[in-house]
Amino acid sequence: MIDRRTVEQIARLARLELDEERVVKLTDELSRILAHIDKLEELDVTDVPPLTHGTGGADVYRADVAGPVLDRDDALRNAPDQADGLFRVPRVIGDA
Amino acid sequence: MTTSDWELVIGIEVHVQLRTESKMFSPAPNAFGGEPNTRTDPYTLGLPGTLPVANRAAFGLAIRVGLAIDAELARYTTFDRKNYFYPDLPKGYQISQLDHPVVEHGKLPLASGKIIRINRAHLEEDAGKAMHEGGPHSVIDLNRAGIPLLEIVSEPDMRSSAEAVEYLTRLKLLLRYLEVSDCDMEKGSLRCDVNVSIRRSRTEPLGTRCEVKNLNSFKAVEKAIEFEFQRHQRCHAAGEPIVQATLLWDDDKEETRLMRTKEESADYRYFPDPDLPPHHVTETWIDDVRKTMPELPWMREARLAELPGITAYDAGVLIQDRSIADFFEAASVVAGDPKAVANWITGELFGLLREHGDDVRESGITVDGFGRLVALVKDGTVGAAGGKKVLAAMYGRPDADPRALIDELGLGQISDEGALREIVQRALDSNPKTVEDLKAGKKKAAGALVGWVMKETRGSANPGLVNKLIGELTR
Amino acid sequence: MQAFPAVATIAQDVRNGGRSARSFTDDALARIDAHGEALGAFLHVDVDGARAHADEVDRRAAGGDDLPLAGVPIALKDNLCTNGVPTTCGSRILSRFIPPYDATVVARLRAAGAVIVAKTNLDEFAMGSSNENSAFGPVRNPWDLARAPGGSSGGSAAAVAAGLVPVALGSDTGGSIRQPAALTGTVGLKPTYGRVSRYGLVAFGSSLDQIGPLSRNVEDAARVLAVIAGGDPRDATCSNDPVPDVVAGLEDGVDGLRVGLPREYFDDAIGDGVKTLVRRAANRLATAGATLIDVSLPHTSYGIPAYYIVATSEASSNLSRYDGIHYGHRTKDAADLAETYERSRTEGFGAEVRRRIMLGTFALASGYYDAYYDRAMRVRTLIRRDFEEAFEQVDVILSPTSPTPAFKLGEKTSDPLEMYLADVLTVTANLAGVPGLVVPEGLCDHDGARLPVGVQLMGPLWSEARLLQVGRWLERTREEAISIPEGAAS
Repeated sequence: MIDRRTVEQIARLARLELDEERVVKLTDELSRILAHIDKLEELDVTDVPPLTHGTGGADVYRADVAGPVLDRDDALRNAPDQADGLFRVPRVIGDA
Repeated sequence: MTTSDWELVIGIEVHVQLRTESKMFSPAPNAFGGEPNTRTDPYTLGLPGTLPVANRAAFGLAIRVGLAIDAELARYTTFDRKNYFYPDLPKGYQISQLDHPVVEHGKLPLASGKIIRINRAHLEEDAGKAMHEGGPHSVIDLNRAGIPLLEIVSEPDMRSSAEAVEYLTRLKLLLRYLEVSDCDMEKGSLRCDVNVSIRRSRTEPLGTRCEVKNLNSFKAVEKAIEFEFQRHQRCHAAGEPIVQATLLWDDDKEETRLMRTKEESADYRYFPDPDLPPHHVTETWIDDVRKTMPELPWMREARLAELPGITAYDAGVLIQDRSIADFFEAASVVAGDPKAVANWITGELFGLLREHGDDVRESGITVDGFGRLVALVKDGTVGAAGGKKVLAAMYGRPDADPRALIDELGLGQISDEGALREIVQRALDSNPKTVEDLKAGKKKAAGALVGWVMKETRGSANPGLVNKLIGELTR
Repeated sequence: MQAFPAVATIAQDVRNGGRSARSFTDDALARIDAHGEALGAFLHVDVDGARAHADEVDRRAAGGDDLPLAGVPIALKDNLCTNGVPTTCGSRILSRFIPPYDATVVARLRAAGAVIVAKTNLDEFAMGSSNENSAFGPVRNPWDLARAPGGSSGGSAAAVAAGLVPVALGSDTGGSIRQPAALTGTVGLKPTYGRVSRYGLVAFGSSLDQIGPLSRNVEDAARVLAVIAGGDPRDATCSNDPVPDVVAGLEDGVDGLRVGLPREYFDDAIGDGVKTLVRRAANRLATAGATLIDVSLPHTSYGIPAYYIVATSEASSNLSRYDGIHYGHRTKDAADLAETYERSRTEGFGAEVRRRIMLGTFALASGYYDAYYDRAMRVRTLIRRDFEEAFEQVDVILSPTSPTPAFKLGEKTSDPLEMYLADVLTVTANLAGVPGLVVPEGLCDHDGARLPVGVQLMGPLWSEARLLQVGRWLERTREEAISIPEGAAS
């Protein structure tokens, strides 16, 4: 189950803006989806390892060799806003 | 520092940029500075569809650190995604290591012998740089994004700001010795955050801690710790609770200010990165790295202090830079006098290096040339002043021969006693009044006579010998 | 409309100078021009680029280059990055995005002489099973324009089914190649996870995504796979093991083959028309000397819940990069950075993508991770073990692909959960990493229309060659022809 407060909190984490209508709708939809997902609780998985890495490869490395760089114009070509070779964003307040 | 009933407890997180050719997960070059956004590739920009592939050399450097701090090296290590939004983080997540770091449970000894335990050291990628230059905008340079970082997390084992600074100083020295990082705080290749808490006695559990970020120098670390120590005590005295929080150090105002409290703390939603299969650090790999390990700085310090004439202080200075210590040891063999070599390094050579802004390896001064010059000074072939001129002339000229330079520059010293005795006699003959003064006990008069001889010989007379002869001939 | 010749025939023609790559390309462009819009199958047609590239292929072929796909026109799902050519993922947030690099599969196709003619429509960020979640409008099923072609590779499937291109690439995270192939009467292959490089495939669920071909016949799919498969230094999850020859054994028979029929895949939720055709294929195999064996994949019913946690969790992280800062849509009216993030993302993503980001963010959030993400990853292991145990008894598994043939546009959009549940037969292969091949078996009457049904073959990890061989046999012995549907050429 998921309540309205949790939906709003998750939306903040996901950087999504939800108006009243969307909050109500998503709370309902996610509740019904999670009710189905709760079926997983039927299984005892205590001693089952998680399948975290696809088809079992390991130890894949890249040799430490510097490769080509993108031309700066190409790097910035898709930028919504830029100035003097830099990406430009509304002022950052505070820190991460 | 104020004495206090409270015990100060400090833990430190250090981020060092690793010295590799390319970035942690993509081939874009790893280098400082450069025109903004000129060291990117599709991965660095976080473009859709790009994938990370781990840089093997970064692991090698992490293993080096692990061996140097006598840590456990993970046989199985994995990467996780740390999710948060910030304009300098193009993917919206940083690849880091949460559950299976590459290095765990190390130790770093302080000079007193006290051990600072290191909880873990893990690999991750650096973020880009967001710059705020006033006005309504911030700007982003992604050159730094993706540079490999090793985050070294200590246990809360330090009990004073001095210990914290010593830990950092020694850790930095070690990392530079290992050639893992250049550890330049001004360039941001070494950054640290400190966790501070206080408690009544060492039997009490740790108090609520605050993390201080934005510490740009060891001086700032020291001041920030002291500031927090006082603030925590004031809170206790006033009966106010200490709120677990992340603080920023303001270097101008010399105070911390609140960034966020634990309640507002980010939920990073860590999970194993599905793009990166696990890594195994094998015995063979560890052995290969072990073979390339240099002598640790504190071992070397102890060994150098045993050399004839070398004080503990000299040894401490000489080991600060691995290339200097190497230079010192090799030149001592050539000159046959470690103390004289040490004096010439810490005096003249350091001066020249400072002036030129060079590393000794780039100075063009060879171990052999330097060692021979020190020997030539010692045997009186050239005076100290002349030696300095010769050394300056050797700068940037790896093929320069100090003996030839002495002649070329006319700096050869007259150490021939017979020849000098004759010149000194002339000095006495030409300056009867001064000789009288000298005989009357005016010590300064000897200086005037030496000056006369130096003038006559264009400064090439061995001053020790001149003094001795003046003494003999006026007796 | 006449179908394109087989891929091998086109390539041979071009290499021999019998017909030019340019001529095949112009043919495909003309077909796309005539019929593409009615289907909504394409988001970008690269007329100039395709012609220029075709001319280059002709020069290379004339110079004696051995190009396995010389002059083969191909369409790419628009979540595959193409250098200098828009790549939108069917999303408003990337509506003006032009990648500065090629996906590995794109580079390999080009090197092999294939000519990329167009980018195909898809559910936004490959999230959907009907192709109704594209920001640029739905794709229509050539068999009945009122119906969905399936998704999320709906544009690729419709383009191939309608004969506009001989082959296309799609991507499959929970059935996104196989289900549309089944619903459009085309062949669709999801390779083993790690068989094909994902570099340049815009990530949805990184541990599930695979690129694969959609084609009119099994051999064409095999020939495309042969070009795109194999290790890639840019994708650490891509296997460096040599890829076996997937074409050589295609005409081998099925005598002695052990075919598993998983009982969980034939339950009441599966339509009768679909079951009948899967059984028909099974019986044909039995008659030819294969052994049919009842098997059980006991955790099948946990597939959907596990899948929707794993896929959305990974997606919530993968889609964090679309924040309006470095590329993509940025809102016009934000007061500050926080608003820039929230508004850009809210405006840029469609409802289904937002829903999945919410679900995935929830599943990874502190306090919920263990109950959802971690648990789902463990259930994944159980599903993998189901397959491992089944493949101790059988060589391949034969099953339906989709519970029903193509459904009507709008039929399932009101209830996201209902749409999710329809993926029950395909998500398990992605969770376990095993390959799946869909081959059309025939047509059935459904809901007033005559619609194709595709059967699904699944095999152990890295068994693409075997699946293609069995698929080719089913295709060769099929009792009815699957031609280009009339509706497509309207």
